[in-house]
Amino acid sequence: MEIKVLGPGCSKCNALYKAVAEAAAEMGVHADIKKVEDIKEIVGAGVMLTPGLIINGKLKVAGKVPGKEDLKKYIKESISS
Amino acid sequence: MLKALADLIVYKLFGIEAGTVLGEALNFFFYDTMKIFLLLLVIVFVVAIIRSFFPPEKARQLLSNRREYVGNFLASLLGVVTPFCSCSAVPLFIGFLESGLPLGVTFSFLISSPAVNEVALVMLWGLFGWKIAFIYIAAGLTMAFFSGILIGKLKLEHLVEEYVYQIHMGESEIIVPTWRERYEYARDYTRDIFKRVWLFVLIGIGLGAWIHGYVPVEWIVKYAGPDNPFAVIVAVLIAVPLYSNAAGTIPIVQALVEKGVPMGTSLAFMMATVAISAPELIILRKVIKPKMIAIFAGTISIFVIMIGYLFNFIFARMPFLVK
Repeated sequence: MEIKVLGPGCSKCNALYKAVAEAAAEMGVHADIKKVEDIKEIVGAGVMLTPGLIINGKLKVAGKVPGKEDLKKYIKESISS
Repeated sequence: MLKALADLIVYKLFGIEAGTVLGEALNFFFYDTMKIFLLLLVIVFVVAIIRSFFPPEKARQLLSNRREYVGNFLASLLGVVTPFCSCSAVPLFIGFLESGLPLGVTFSFLISSPAVNEVALVMLWGLFGWKIAFIYIAAGLTMAFFSGILIGKLKLEHLVEEYVYQIHMGESEIIVPTWRERYEYARDYTRDIFKRVWLFVLIGIGLGAWIHGYVPVEWIVKYAGPDNPFAVIVAVLIAVPLYSNAAGTIPIVQALVEKGVPMGTSLAFMMATVAISAPELIILRKVIKPKMIAIFAGTISIFVIMIGYLFNFIFARMPFLVK
């Protein structure tokens, strides 16, 4: 599973990175989590409001840091897709 | 009703005598604090709900293919209702330009977004009344509108970093939130704003109360009063690089106004603080060249200065507007 956290480095982006890493760990899901700070890549993914969360290539969230439960839900959705 | 509560706290709970300087000051402090916190909670929450209906993708759609003036007008309005944090300035800027929106229209959006913010609105309403709050919105929108038009007319596309026009923005579907999600977003947003702002509000009101009590009128009037024709310019020049949120600035402004600083000068100071800041300019450097940053900051400064003088002129002749 590939997880990308998109953001130029504001506190919300870092919070999302931490939260999603924790969520994956708690679920026992092995995921390759990357922080993407390159503007071209962020915009290329269609994200205008940072932070953005992309799992296995699909944009799940943009503009906010979801709660742990929501993050786990997104991760779970991506396992089965 | 809030007044009664403030009276209760200061006079009954703390047992301070009514009519004393300390009693008056404390009463003012508690009353204003409670009023502002209440207004903050309600208005920020409502604004957040409204914002959940306007993701930037929607703004982009609504603005595409508009003629110049209509586009600028809509962009100014949309900037206010679209959620915006300064870290999003860059992807948003790129996204708008890349999808074909004119530079001037994008700037109208970029200027009105921070310039008209709901925390400032609440504070102004709470401390100066709805007329001033309304004037603030109108001034911010007008400034965004005309600044965007000016920048558009100057044909500054060559001052945007080249790579911006080469990026291709991915298509992202607009995720429509459910009402439950809207409520959660609004609740989190309100809580977030409150957490960031409450201390500044208290400090601001406290400072305001201190100025109210201790700074001599003569000193203030000498430098920032109605007789100094340069007051507006100086105020704006100081305020532009300042990074402050409205919550901290406005209570101080209120105290200054009470001491004799004209309302126009004070409003200009507040707007200049909120509309741009050194950190925002630094962030924008990623997408626009230094010359354009100067033009951007200069344009806003000039308009805010004009607003300051205009309002000083108007309020002097129509004092009923200032509460």
